[in-house]
Amino acid sequence: MTSSGAEQVRPAVLLRADRVGRTFGGFIAVEDVTMSVRPGEIVGLLGANGAGKTTLIRMLLGLIATTTGDVELLGAPPDRERRTHLGYVPQGLGLYRDLTVRENLAFSTQAYGAVQPELPEALRAGADRLVADLPLGLQRQLAFLSALAHDPEVLVLDEPTSGVDALARAALWDTIHQQAEAGVGVLVTTHNMKEAEQCDRLLLMSQARLVAQGSEADIIGSTTAIAIRTNDWARAFAVLNQAGQPVMLAGRDVRVADADADQVRAVLADAGMTAEVFGVPATIEERMMVLARAPEAP
Amino acid sequence: MTYAVRSATVRFGDTLALDDVSLEVEPGSVVAVVGGDGAGKTTLLRSLVGKVQLEQGQVEAPSSQQIGYLPATAGSWPSLTVAQNMDFVGGIYGLSGQALVSRRDELLGRASLLNAADRLASQLSGGMRRKLGFSMAMLHDPPLLVLDEPSTGVDPVSRVDLWRLVSEAAAAGAAVVMSTTYLDEAERAASLLALDGGRMLASGTLQDVLASFEGAIASTAIPHRGEWAWRRGRGYHEFWSTAAEIPLDGAAVIPDLEDVVIALSLLRGRHRELAS
Repeated sequence: MTSSGAEQVRPAVLLRADRVGRTFGGFIAVEDVTMSVRPGEIVGLLGANGAGKTTLIRMLLGLIATTTGDVELLGAPPDRERRTHLGYVPQGLGLYRDLTVRENLAFSTQAYGAVQPELPEALRAGADRLVADLPLGLQRQLAFLSALAHDPEVLVLDEPTSGVDALARAALWDTIHQQAEAGVGVLVTTHNMKEAEQCDRLLLMSQARLVAQGSEADIIGSTTAIAIRTNDWARAFAVLNQAGQPVMLAGRDVRVADADADQVRAVLADAGMTAEVFGVPATIEERMMVLARAPEAP
Repeated sequence: MTYAVRSATVRFGDTLALDDVSLEVEPGSVVAVVGGDGAGKTTLLRSLVGKVQLEQGQVEAPSSQQIGYLPATAGSWPSLTVAQNMDFVGGIYGLSGQALVSRRDELLGRASLLNAADRLASQLSGGMRRKLGFSMAMLHDPPLLVLDEPSTGVDPVSRVDLWRLVSEAAAAGAAVVMSTTYLDEAERAASLLALDGGRMLASGTLQDVLASFEGAIASTAIPHRGEWAWRRGRGYHEFWSTAAEIPLDGAAVIPDLEDVVIALSLLRGRHRELAS
């Protein structure tokens, strides 16, 4: 807990990257990225593996240097002192699997000089169990509790809900929203596109660059999708797949992202198929797939 | 030929892993089994492929030679190359020579792994490794394909690729059962089965599951009963038994799969079980 005497004025921007780049040898991991996270904001960072998300996060936290550009954590270059105002839940959770729940919490709170928080009901019964023996949903709750015990001003969460069920996911998002409402700035990565609606703002990275930002509609941009309804989805799928269209199954419909409806109709007609072909809103995944198929980002 | 697990009950020691669970899959379709860690997905899939003994219930499945199975962990040998992994499994199924090479290269081509044929499996990305596991399960062209969380932890672009491979297999006539933690994958399947703590929460087509949901969901800025509410962005969705109960400051919404699965989980009182 922050001592009452050390009440700080919160900077207007908690995390900032200004034209940031990073290369590893000849490999460009991040190129010319400008972004920020303000107090009370939940910002979702999306992108395929290798898009540069993790490298960007590591630079923002000061764990690796930038090659070009500047990063700021709480208004200044990230350093040890500033990192004490940061809560970080890595993908692997960062828990000691062969310590108990109570021991894990004692260790992490002591490292930050924080007061040990009370265990929530769900974790209390398992307080003396080894972390390795807990269900994943409870492990994630414990990782959150450890990351939040020192009242951080910035939360960075890497895939916080991977592998847990809908109810446990809802509980974790409740915690994230509570933090944001208390003024904490949150940067969160997710592979679950359903979680985009939980964020106030989205950033999409592809091939080392920030290619879109804003709302879900801003991320999807001009990407379109077409749905095809027939009485033989399997044949429609096979025919379009054969024609090199980026085809997907959706229930008993078939979808094609970024395709020309007339061309799709022509391919189906050539195969002697009658089908209903109509435009549907594209998804974030389809936008990402289209970006990944492009040989070079524009 | 419909493949099925009917009214399965499975116990491991004192733990009831499956409690009266049924699953059916037709050739040429994909069934998604959705749930979190500990829901019983793996036990159900292992029951279908004959790796788990049922206490009660029946399994209708072909012989193991006719099943392609991708386990939740591994699925390939890390110290073998992509091609060696395929050849090894091909050998088990009696494939050899030109037949093996052409089948192997066809599958690796579909999975965009041909350029990685000489890489060690341990050096593949998570998404590529799952695609390799899928290709190995498909080598003998099985009529029943059982995939345990092929997409967990895999990035969205690779998940689209995996989904395309799964769809291709179903389009070619295979019966496919896959488990997933992602609700959007369950929505895309021909039918779905939602599991929670070893019990069935819901099953059928997406339309069936949504239509058979009893209760009402309201969108609200501040929930009236916190234990029956969950976040949707900055606001909440809250469960009510009937639409008539929704307070004036709430607006009825058409529930989606996420709403239905959360509401059904709450109704099962799972939040209390978690604490015990």
